[in-house]
Amino acid sequence: MKAAGGAPASLTKISRVIRRIRWGGWGVHAALLIYTFLALGPILLIISNSVKSRRAIFADAFSLPSAETFDLSGYETVFSGSSFDVYFRNSLIVTVASVFLVVFLSAMAGYALVEYNFRGNTLLALYLALGIMIPIRLGTVSILKLIVSLGLINTLWALILVYTAMGLPLGVFLMSQFMRQVPGELKSAARVDGAGEYRVFGLVLPLVKPGMAAVAVFTMLPVWNDLWFPLILAPAEEARTVTLGASAFLGQFERDWNALLAVLTLAIAPIVLLYIAFSRQFLRGLTDGAIK
Amino acid sequence: MEYALTASEAGVAETLPTSGGSARRRIPRLGMATRRRRWGPILAFLIPATIIYSVFMVYPLLDSLRRSFFDDDGRGVGLENYQTLFTNPTFSERFWDALGHNFQFFAIHMLVQNPVALLLAVLLTVQGVRGLNIYRTLVFLPTTLSVVIVGFIWRLILSPLWGVTTAIGVDTPLLGEPHTVLPTLSLISVWQWVGIPMIFFYAVIVAIPVDLIEASRVDGAASWQIFRNITFPLILPMLGIISILTYIGNFNAFDLIYAVKGAAAGPDYSSDIMGTFFYRVFFGASGTTGSAALGATVASVMFLIILAGVLLYMFGWQRRVTTYEL
Repeated sequence: MKAAGGAPASLTKISRVIRRIRWGGWGVHAALLIYTFLALGPILLIISNSVKSRRAIFADAFSLPSAETFDLSGYETVFSGSSFDVYFRNSLIVTVASVFLVVFLSAMAGYALVEYNFRGNTLLALYLALGIMIPIRLGTVSILKLIVSLGLINTLWALILVYTAMGLPLGVFLMSQFMRQVPGELKSAARVDGAGEYRVFGLVLPLVKPGMAAVAVFTMLPVWNDLWFPLILAPAEEARTVTLGASAFLGQFERDWNALLAVLTLAIAPIVLLYIAFSRQFLRGLTDGAIK
Repeated sequence: MEYALTASEAGVAETLPTSGGSARRRIPRLGMATRRRRWGPILAFLIPATIIYSVFMVYPLLDSLRRSFFDDDGRGVGLENYQTLFTNPTFSERFWDALGHNFQFFAIHMLVQNPVALLLAVLLTVQGVRGLNIYRTLVFLPTTLSVVIVGFIWRLILSPLWGVTTAIGVDTPLLGEPHTVLPTLSLISVWQWVGIPMIFFYAVIVAIPVDLIEASRVDGAASWQIFRNITFPLILPMLGIISILTYIGNFNAFDLIYAVKGAAAGPDYSSDIMGTFFYRVFFGASGTTGSAALGATVASVMFLIILAGVLLYMFGWQRRVTTYEL
């Protein structure tokens, strides 16, 4: 398979490689462009129609809004007819609190499992990892009873506690993988200098930032987007999350297309903006977590 | 190794005698003192996570299994709930339907989502082509949206009222016909979730050393040969992980069907899957009252289905596939 001869052969080979890359490059771009269109088209269609008049939405869905067809009546309906500010606040509180708890508690547990040789270590690690494979939803019947008996029904605490439990198994697993890579010398050096165990943990934390980012990313999406637990544990108006609020609103305004499109756009926009702003860190976190 | 070292340096060896309690008695003062100092942080680090996980996840799962052997008033009924579920026509018909639909749902994800994800990941990692990262960001975008929102986006787009589908030549109301609703919903789900397996495959392919690819290219291997002989064997373990995650996710799915078709999963239950069935049995729907005991029974059956998949993956796949360390 090695090059058959002298300079001419290798030259043709090089030019062949270059040609393949260039053509391949165009093909790759074309294929990815088509898929990108497929992925974004529906979203753009919704957003562009949300600022069009009812007539224009139906007459020509694919045209961009123009001066004549521009119409914000959908947004007016949404802002006057529902409390999306409350839903957003709720979703934000629940997501931030659960992500914080999962990241921090996973880091602590992952650290202890890797750092200390105690009896039952392996067993505990296995016990905590079991939840990776078993969806927490299957325990819903008992979770509901538990939350009712704790008096937490229709509170954000119910969601925060359940989501924290849901995120911990994968969180602890990922954090222990990252903790394993922290050099032992650093910890020994800190201990020789008289640092206590909590101080050593504090020193290790900055070194596992990529791990914490990965755990945060893996926890965030399912929590922000979940419908099941808000529907069952916190359906009251004042405890609704965006997902549940949007779902209820969309059901109510079945006929009002302007309002439907507006509410969808409102639900899409903040996530898309946040995602675009942090996409590099976000995808980095996913990639780091995926190969653990 | 280094962890064993640090642990023994700090005195764990004395506090955890391997031969029972006698060693502890022999060095009482030191042993007690170090023991308190060592176990303190260990417990402090582990207890919060362990308690929350045990109380809100492990206990409910076990308690749910237990409830499947009792009726709604707490009387033990043995396997009666299971018998009702499998043989009483009111439930069994819906149950077997939902189970069958769920396998179709899963099959479409396996046949469409994961191959497309792999193809995209391969395209995103082609060497020597610039500007591919932007596609990675954009293609992943639908995955960040809520399932409910995605459901409604497609509900509007596929609605015959709007006429977007007729404009591109589709006349059937895809979400309204019994024979098209489930494949359509599956493809919507694929559209949303394809980003996850794509990023997972991407992570593995990016981790393959460039030298390895370059060396085989110099040796004259064609692109597809490189893919078949180098890339593919390296991503095979990830293919298994993605398959089992897809399986677990699909048999646990609920949000999309609920958002688009409601808990009744119409038309005529033709989009009913285990998640929606579980919800209806637990909370009741159109004419039937909900039952916690039967709900727990459905959850237990779902648990067994998922467990079977996980075991099949662990013993039928994971043991046979070689994972290469790079």
